Amino acid sequence: MGGSILGNRVLRKEDPKFLTVGGKYVDDLLDESLLTGALHVTYARSTVAHGKILSIDTSDAASMPGIVAVFTGANLGLTPQPATFNPMVARSALAMDKVRYVGEPIVAIISETREQGEDAAEMVIVDYDILEALTDLEQALTSSTHIYESCGSNAVFDTTALGMPDNTGDAFFEGCEVVVKQRVLNQRVAPCPLEVRGAAVAWVDGRLYQWLSTQHAQGARDSIAAANGLDASQVRVITPDVGGGFGAKIGSYPEEQLLGRLSKEVGMPLRWRETRSESMMALGHGRAQVQYLTIGGTRDGHVTAYQMHVLQDCGAWFDMGAILAPFMTRPMSSGVYAIPKIECRTTSVITNTTPVVAYRGAGRPEATAAIERAMDLFAAEIGMDAAEVRRKNLIPKFDEPHTTVIGQTYDVGDYEVALDKALNAANYEELRAEQARRRSSGDVKQLGIGVSVYVEITGGVPPMGETAKIEITDDGRAIVYTGTSPHGQGHATAWSMLTSEQTGIPMENVELVWGDTDLVPSGGGTMGSRSLQQGGVAVFKVAGQVVDKAKAIAARLLEANEEDIVLDRDRGAFHVAGTPAVAKTWAELAVAAKADGGLKHEEMHSVASATFPFGAHVSVVEVDTETGKVSLIKQIACDDAGKVLNPLLLDGQIHGGVAQGAAQALLEEVRYDADGNPVTSNLADYAFISAAEMPDIQVVHMETPTFVNPLGVKGIGESGTIGSTPAVQSAVIDALSHLGVRHIDMPCTPMRVWEALHGRK
Amino acid sequence: MIPAPFDYKRAGSAAEAISIVSQYGDDAKFLAGGHSLLPLMKLRLAQPAVLVDIARVNDLSYIRDAGDHIAIGALTRHTELEHSSLLQQHVPLLSHAASHVGDPQVRHRGTLGGSIAHADPASDLPATTLALGATYVAQGPNGTREIAATDFYKGFLESALAADEMLTEVRVPKMDGAGWSFQKFNRRAQDWAIVGVAAWRKGSNAGVALVNMGSTPVLATSVNNAISQGSSVEDAARLASNEAEPQDDMNASADYRRHLASVLVRRALEQSSC
Ligand SMILES: Cc1cc2nc3c(=O)[nH]c(=O)nc-3n(C[C@H](O)[C@H](O)[C@H](O)COP(=O)(O)OP(=O)(O)OC[C@H]3O[C@@H](n4cnc5c(N)ncnc54)[C@H](O)[C@@H]3O)c2cc1C
Repeated sequence: MGGSILGNRVLRKEDPKFLTVGGKYVDDLLDESLLTGALHVTYARSTVAHGKILSIDTSDAASMPGIVAVFTGANLGLTPQPATFNPMVARSALAMDKVRYVGEPIVAIISETREQGEDAAEMVIVDYDILEALTDLEQALTSSTHIYESCGSNAVFDTTALGMPDNTGDAFFEGCEVVVKQRVLNQRVAPCPLEVRGAAVAWVDGRLYQWLSTQHAQGARDSIAAANGLDASQVRVITPDVGGGFGAKIGSYPEEQLLGRLSKEVGMPLRWRETRSESMMALGHGRAQVQYLTIGGTRDGHVTAYQMHVLQDCGAWFDMGAILAPFMTRPMSSGVYAIPKIECRTTSVITNTTPVVAYRGAGRPEATAAIERAMDLFAAEIGMDAAEVRRKNLIPKFDEPHTTVIGQTYDVGDYEVALDKALNAANYEELRAEQARRRSSGDVKQLGIGVSVYVEITGGVPPMGETAKIEITDDGRAIVYTGTSPHGQGHATAWSMLTSEQTGIPMENVELVWGDTDLVPSGGGTMGSRSLQQGGVAVFKVAGQVVDKAKAIAARLLEANEEDIVLDRDRGAFHVAGTPAVAKTWAELAVAAKADGGLKHEEMHSVASATFPFGAHVSVVEVDTETGKVSLIKQIACDDAGKVLNPLLLDGQIHGGVAQGAAQALLEEVRYDADGNPVTSNLADYAFISAAEMPDIQVVHMETPTFVNPLGVKGIGESGTIGSTPAVQSAVIDALSHLGVRHIDMPCTPMRVWEALHGRK
Repeated sequence: MIPAPFDYKRAGSAAEAISIVSQYGDDAKFLAGGHSLLPLMKLRLAQPAVLVDIARVNDLSYIRDAGDHIAIGALTRHTELEHSSLLQQHVPLLSHAASHVGDPQVRHRGTLGGSIAHADPASDLPATTLALGATYVAQGPNGTREIAATDFYKGFLESALAADEMLTEVRVPKMDGAGWSFQKFNRRAQDWAIVGVAAWRKGSNAGVALVNMGSTPVLATSVNNAISQGSSVEDAARLASNEAEPQDDMNASADYRRHLASVLVRRALEQSSC
């Protein structure tokens, strides 16, 4: 072996399978003997956004062909369960007294085939007393109709109630030469994993086995156990291949938690898979904030005060979405800027819509979008270039932790270099010149250039660490057990590289095990861009420990001192320094270690803090000023995630991130009609981005290692989303700024752009 | 997302298909490419009791030179229209419009006959064949009749076809070197048009039809008349905004649609002039 494999563009070892025979997802578990004869579960769902349930008649449904059983919450004796962070918000897994969004499950139907279940679901008759549907966050905030009556308000979580200071209003901006205010929408989007939710369950010797499409098997095991009144040891969650999650498959959902109970009732294994339409209504949504921003500063471009009131739409349940604004958006409100005064209050509000959960970036994209929008508005007001105003306010380079005025500490940062790299790669001056040409010639297609600089939090959610276990087999292969949970990221490749680097065992002889809670009982899953910096580092450390253990055994076999044993990584064999001819292979050492329980090591790697990747994006758009159509023609992405383990995997994360980020800026929005019916519940109406709308993406390299972990790595899973959204939105507005346009809410659809240009609504 | 139960019959010929459909009346539906019908069935917005599959009636898949017009079998796929050199030579507007339908998968399944019979105002090919002055051929239990495109579209998803009548052929006059343009305004490449325009011009004659500007595909008669009376392109195009009664929907208000129609008609007429 030449030098280190780390840092190389190593092809993904999981791809041959995915590209040929395909993955094996929950729905593909047809030869699983524990699921033989499994029946199918279908949930009949609310067709009403807000209403009292007067009666549920399941008799017609129960008499349909192939129907084995039909359950309501009352049949099952379900009771309302309180939400973790606000016990006044409580609901049962099947709605009983009240429905709170279209798509909420009410009745569980067990059938011989899925199709029969769907037919029977149509025959369930629910009588409602229809209540006012509050799908608009601000309307819900002031309405006297309370979606959870016992809360006495639809505002269920507020930073002021947590003891954080309230905003002080306009007084905060005294002394500012310039003050700009704007209401900004960070719209509700749907995560849209290609694989929708699905699960299968069987009771095996009194234990519940649940196959689940999840990002975090261990967390799902605990929540499923709790929901079923079981001890965690009585539940085994097994994760097959997972076709995307984007945050929405972190937790477990009522439809999933109920399966064990239903299986027990009918005495058969069960399968459940939602349809795409159900997924669009009942898999959690993301973002969904309204932000009231005020920014103030001096005419020469220094921002001196920034105030934000974030209204977070929780949807109809107090899920993860409710806590993102206070704990992810607020701490990042300062962004990359040295702003001397910041106030940020957040208020989370229940509405009659699909519950909001974590979605790629989860609270940080919203913080970035807010401050970047505010910077642009400030720049426009004082007539300064968007890049220049940013440069003036950036936190200078730091390699010791830096704490912003809002109280968040960042590890390392070099923001100006990121900005310069992105501007250079974009040929910023040339773009501005081309823009000026088009402006003066009155071109129908105007050019817009958007700049964003961001910093975000990765690896910031508990558990702050990860376990890894490595076992060497008798034939010298390494089995790596990880608590992370790949669903597209490429952990099999990355963790194999790390193991191979330490042990010299070739990558193809490294096997990765994850997502089965009997094999990997503790783990934090894959979310919040934590995997490499916690799980990967754990694997790297444990692989080193296994090498040390192997050296001890080799020393014994070769009758030498441990310190004299060296590992020849090219051969994957140990020998005494200076006498390579007499060597012990990994296989030999594993066999020798058998009597002592085998050659293996397990360890929890704890981290002291999160890491704070940063970067800068430049977007170039063309806007057709007659029709309002936007074409994103180029995206420059400089995302600094610390040391790069594999540039191929890094690029993949950036490309996907930019796709979802650009999609939020231009295309995607979950919408409801006045009665609270979703009008975007399929992929024809919901404008999920496609390859044809994707720009040329130029990835610009930058590596600023962190001191937080020995590999110097940070997260990259969400950065592309965080940096791209504000840059693209800003580019659209920039294209029209000479025509007096200062703001357009996302998504910048052709009609919105046209309305902004024509000043009408 | 799962259709209601239905019976499935496969027909080997037009005559067989028509005779099966006549037995069931309104409960039966022809199934061609399935790319309009099956989505409706999956959402349970359509629940036919019987589907009569005509996708394999191969003798209705052709593109032929018939002298003054091109005759196209109803079961011809969009992708065949897109790649036919005969069509590219004589009716390039239709070939080009077909290349804008959905995505490659849709174009390999969807048929010209299905698109026209479905009579969706948002579809590309009904308006395009309308602009071109096409004639449709329908076969029923009692024989065959010709229906002019201008008489065919009766309302939203409603055509002049009787339940037991099958569309068998589309006859499109040759364009004889006319200038043409197809303007499709949509959000994503594979989407239906928010507004679309199919147009041709030759000398003082013009044919302009609008996609998604009302409950049916719309022939922009006032625009066509204005051009033949010598109006400027600008002036003629302005008439397009009043040509129809567009609806508000998620992507566009009626006002915005009217605005788009006049911009796109102007662009289409300009492009057709050269
Ligand atoms: C994702 C997607 C995107 C699409 N995008 C576009 C687009 O951008 N532009 C566009 O124009 N279209 C689009 N379509 C629709 C597509 O072009 C359809 O294929 C076409 O509209 C219908 O043709 P079909 O052969 O699939 O008809 P089917 O779905 O099989 O039938 C449609 C209707 O016509 C009837 N029918 C079919 N053939 C006959 C016949 N010969 N005689 C009598 N009745 C008949 C059927 O009974 C049914 O009622 C899209 C479809 C999808 C799924």
